[in-house]
Amino acid sequence: MLGTAHDNPKVAALKEALLSAAITFLVMAPISGIVLKGYAFEADFTVPVYAALIVFVLRLAILLLEQNETGRKILVRLSPSKGGGVTVAKPGGVPWLRFILPLLFIAGLVLPFFLGKYWLTVVILAMIYVLLGLGLNIVVGLAGLLDLGFVAFYAVGAYMFALGSQYWGLGFWTALPLAAATAALFGGMLGFPVLRMHGDYLAIVTLGFGEIIRLVLNNWTSFTGGPNGVSAPNPTLFNLEFSRSAKIEGNIPFHEFFGIPYDSSLKYLFIYMVLFLVVCAMIYFVNRLRLMPMGRAWEALREDEIACRSMGINHVTVKLSAFMMGAMTGGIGGVFFAAYQGFVNPSSFTFFESALILAIVVLGGMGSVVGVIIAALVLTILPEALRDFADYRVLIFGILMVVMMIWKPRGLIRIHRPYFRVKGGKA
Amino acid sequence: MSEYLLEIQDVNASYGPIQALRGVSMNVREGEIVTLIGANGAGKSTLLMTIFGDPQASSGSIHYRGQEITHIPMHEISRLGIAQVPEGRRIFPGMSVEENLRMGTMPIGDTHQETDLQTMFAMFPRLKERRSQRAGTLSGGEQQMLAIGRALMSRPRLLLLDEPSLGLAPLIVRQILSSLRTIADQGTTIFLVEQNANHALKLADRGYVMVNGEIRLSGTGEELLANPEVRNAYLGGH
Repeated sequence: MLGTAHDNPKVAALKEALLSAAITFLVMAPISGIVLKGYAFEADFTVPVYAALIVFVLRLAILLLEQNETGRKILVRLSPSKGGGVTVAKPGGVPWLRFILPLLFIAGLVLPFFLGKYWLTVVILAMIYVLLGLGLNIVVGLAGLLDLGFVAFYAVGAYMFALGSQYWGLGFWTALPLAAATAALFGGMLGFPVLRMHGDYLAIVTLGFGEIIRLVLNNWTSFTGGPNGVSAPNPTLFNLEFSRSAKIEGNIPFHEFFGIPYDSSLKYLFIYMVLFLVVCAMIYFVNRLRLMPMGRAWEALREDEIACRSMGINHVTVKLSAFMMGAMTGGIGGVFFAAYQGFVNPSSFTFFESALILAIVVLGGMGSVVGVIIAALVLTILPEALRDFADYRVLIFGILMVVMMIWKPRGLIRIHRPYFRVKGGKA
Repeated sequence: MSEYLLEIQDVNASYGPIQALRGVSMNVREGEIVTLIGANGAGKSTLLMTIFGDPQASSGSIHYRGQEITHIPMHEISRLGIAQVPEGRRIFPGMSVEENLRMGTMPIGDTHQETDLQTMFAMFPRLKERRSQRAGTLSGGEQQMLAIGRALMSRPRLLLLDEPSLGLAPLIVRQILSSLRTIADQGTTIFLVEQNANHALKLADRGYVMVNGEIRLSGTGEELLANPEVRNAYLGGH
């Protein structure tokens, strides 16, 4: 406190708020108050003044709120939650969930019919990130293995589809399981050398792995097309193509078969539908896994590896399974990405993507499936919605992340551990 | 079948160039409490970990109920009926107390899960009070109880404990050790590694003293307590 003891508390608050504003101005003025114009500088203090004003108002509000009872209550509710730990879900699950889930499912199926082509593509991208988030969630959230190169598996999946169709004429449906298997194989390949690593070291190795995959794709020009990329074919439904005219002889375009006018968003509609079903299946899959001994073993491994091993859990299989399951999901996401873009090149698989997926998992609350879904939707749709703010888009995005981590350090959704009872047993 | 539940013969083990165990031989009979005491760095914990297969013995043999377990990987040993309470307790801090205990059934499956859980809660009422609390928020003594409880959930015949008294108040140490007595009376064989020689030797039927990776002395608890060498080295000479 700046004021002396006999000051009126309101005056003291005013003084402190003024001081904060002054400091803000001093800090902000050189950063955003001096504008480079050609070879000269120009002082434009509007932004720092606004910043100082905002700080002044907020600081004053907080100080005044602290001075009375109701205000303090409001502050307590707004302040970051310190409560740690886990909560075990209630027996019998959440009662209204069984009504909500089918509703959400139907809403998800109906949604694309109300969206324009642009928003449809945005939602597809968001769903791909949900899938990637779910995959990384297994590795980072459940098994506690910090993976900074997750994008490698995404790339493997995407390239598996694109190159597969180019060299071996693979279609979308064949590529899907093949890409999942290949990505899982790569996951195992990454998993073996890093079995003995933890934390920071593991992060660095996985980061390197991600970069290796990208660099190979970038430089092996004769096979992958290098920076020029490869085009990926459109998906088909029972040999019905989603293009204006059939590319492969003998195939009929979808719109001709059903006698509807051609619409370029039909392809996206189809991708969305398949993707939505895959994501739903994946959510179910991950939820079941968490109930199984394997899921439990992952969580135990995250908590303490030595205790885990002394309890009869083979850490090798547990780690490898986490890596491979995560990679598999990433690979499936890659196929959808390639089909959606119709083209892949290495610049889609940079470290930034890995960081974004990791942000999704962390923001969603490590290990929480619902949290990951919400975070993925927010992190992909928000930048689109913020397009009006053009220059400040990434800034706002960053600030939101910082604020999130301060207010909700354990992510959007607190983990609820599944509750289950042994048949015939008592809780 | 040999007469020993656990028989260690001439075991050598090393961490890289540093030899931690030099020709260690010792044994544990069914139903006994055997303690291994020694100073810091004597190799006590290493011996315990060698029984569990990490680090593996470079020579010599370890037999459990007549079966050689020298080169069996760590995660399979717990399925044979040996449970370990590792040094530093190593509970799962983010899981609740109850979940920690349930994790202990991993080696044997969940057939006895519910009855054993009640048994543990009866043995350590504090754990029942805190069953849905995050294990990381427990006090040191409670965490030790939890670690012991978790190990017992796999219904072991042989319980290995690595310094359960580490960092605990004397009163809690007495409680923990007396619960070990109870566990032993119920038929579990206990092999206890301790620095707290006084308490450990009073509790144990037999004891071994380890110095620089070798077994220097062995005998019954009373013998070792009375031994002037032990008194000087580990009991502060009084």
